[in-house]
Amino acid sequence: MTKHFALGIFEDEDVLLHAVENVRAAGVKIHDVFSPYPVHGIDDALGIERSRLPIAAFFFGMTGLAFALWMQIYMLGFDWPMIIGGKPHIALPAFVPVAFELTVFFTCHGMAITFFTITGLYPRFKVPVMDVRATDDKFVMAIELDETSSQFPRLTQLLRENGASEVNQKEMTHN
Amino acid sequence: MATLTHQESATAEQLVVTDGARKIFLTIIIAGVVILILGILASVMGWGAAEHGEAAGHAGVAAHGAAHEEGGPIWLKRLIISLWHSNLFFLGVSTVGTVFMAINYVAYSGWSVLLKRIAEALSAWVIPGGVIMLIVFLIGRHDIFHWTHEGIMDKGSPNYDAIIAGKSGFLNLPFYVIRMVSYLVIWGVFSWKLRQLSLQEDLHGGTYWFHKSITASALFLVLYAVTSSMSAWDWVMSVDTHWFSTMFGWYVFASWWVSGIAAIALTAIFLKQAGYLRALSSNHLHDLGKLMFGFSIFWTYVWFCQFMLIWYANLPEEAVYFNQRLGGFEGRYTFMFFFNIAINFVFPFLGLMTRDAKRQMIIMKIVAIAILCGHWSDFYLMLMPGTMKGENGFLIEIGVAAIFLGAFLILFTRRLASASLVPVNHPFLDESIHHTT
Repeated sequence: MTKHFALGIFEDEDVLLHAVENVRAAGVKIHDVFSPYPVHGIDDALGIERSRLPIAAFFFGMTGLAFALWMQIYMLGFDWPMIIGGKPHIALPAFVPVAFELTVFFTCHGMAITFFTITGLYPRFKVPVMDVRATDDKFVMAIELDETSSQFPRLTQLLRENGASEVNQKEMTHN
Repeated sequence: MATLTHQESATAEQLVVTDGARKIFLTIIIAGVVILILGILASVMGWGAAEHGEAAGHAGVAAHGAAHEEGGPIWLKRLIISLWHSNLFFLGVSTVGTVFMAINYVAYSGWSVLLKRIAEALSAWVIPGGVIMLIVFLIGRHDIFHWTHEGIMDKGSPNYDAIIAGKSGFLNLPFYVIRMVSYLVIWGVFSWKLRQLSLQEDLHGGTYWFHKSITASALFLVLYAVTSSMSAWDWVMSVDTHWFSTMFGWYVFASWWVSGIAAIALTAIFLKQAGYLRALSSNHLHDLGKLMFGFSIFWTYVWFCQFMLIWYANLPEEAVYFNQRLGGFEGRYTFMFFFNIAINFVFPFLGLMTRDAKRQMIIMKIVAIAILCGHWSDFYLMLMPGTMKGENGFLIEIGVAAIFLGAFLILFTRRLASASLVPVNHPFLDESIHHTT
């Protein structure tokens, strides 16, 4: 499916932040903004809702903790009990470091995989990029157009008025 | 950036300590005195003495028998040790004010500028606390430190203790006092210096004072890294003279540091709720909450490292420390031991985990108060088993802590009120006002 976008290119993050507010105030829905680095306050300006990633992270962490405790208790307590340092087979203080590490391991891997999956940033052969300069020194605001792109002249004027250095039209083929 | 907040810039704000606030501080002191007198009476009259006497007789794990070997009354000994205990806690928290500021200077951090005056004012206790520390040591050292006893390093004496004698190169009176005075002088001088530079900056502006502060901060941090660790050995670890732990300096520092951050957060919230610090937003609270959350975990990490290594190796000369605290003296410290972990780790960990919790004043307030109480009892647990053995109590200790708290708050608020709450000429002030997280 092919989608059409108007791309406003900005040189400066402050100009971009003002533009985002003004464009939204003018009743235009912004598809997304691409920047070389995280811009403070852009989430609020774009009206993006809070991510639910921390909730997922909590459950990944709990999974890791449960797995680590089960693994150690099963291995050292039941499957192959050994006496280590004269301690009981199930010696909980000794299990804490491994439980801690696996909690962190599960949390960060789970979060990274979840994040890449839901944002579509996972590795693939053909990467959809709005404008490659967004990875260097430009800030790109993408606004979705309808089939006929009839609003493009009006949007160009709006973006220009709000400090865009250039406005381009782009077709993107999404899977 | 002006789009992000409605606050364009901050102007000077002058704190006025109301009569009501002064009355509260005095009430805390008076309540402390009343509790202290009650505690002394309870100790003298022997309320609950049956239990006490028995426990002292059974102090089996203790290497050197019952606590009252000196022959002085128990309440006096408890009073001296609780003076040492509370002063140690408040002095540490007070110094952390300067450390917090120094770290933020060296890191060129901008977010913390609005909190800088609170950190500066915390250090108002460094000088009085240091003086009290010296006096308590000179008067009551025999009650606090076993190694100061007569003849303990003298081969012919019946008190001779070969292990302690082996530490005489470090633990001897002149060297100890020299070290103690040097820590206090270093902390006092740099607290004073950074405060002066900050006040000069308010008057004259420019970046000259800022750069001078960075130089002073860098020097102070190097010295503090050494002195905080060494003061922990001297003031806390040498109470259990036979015992040693290489983690101890970090452990005490972690306790002081997280309490200091909790104190800064608590003050910021109280000031905000009283209508001051208009530019302070939930973003600053969020960052303070992260620090409280993170350093509570850091404290636990250090605590657990110390515990697990000793538990695993199970060497008698090391394990005695936890033996005393877990089940020793008829289990009188066991509750405190688990309470310590619950209030200093589990509670802040679960309480401050979500983003929303860190941005709510009420939750931040509750957790900060819990952390302050928790680390005061952490110091209790560090000092009491080694000194009071089976004869510890709470009334005298809480009374002394309340007196210290009231006096601390009087000096703290006086310094807060002596300059603008907003460092108006700090080069990063604008960054702090527009801070977002």
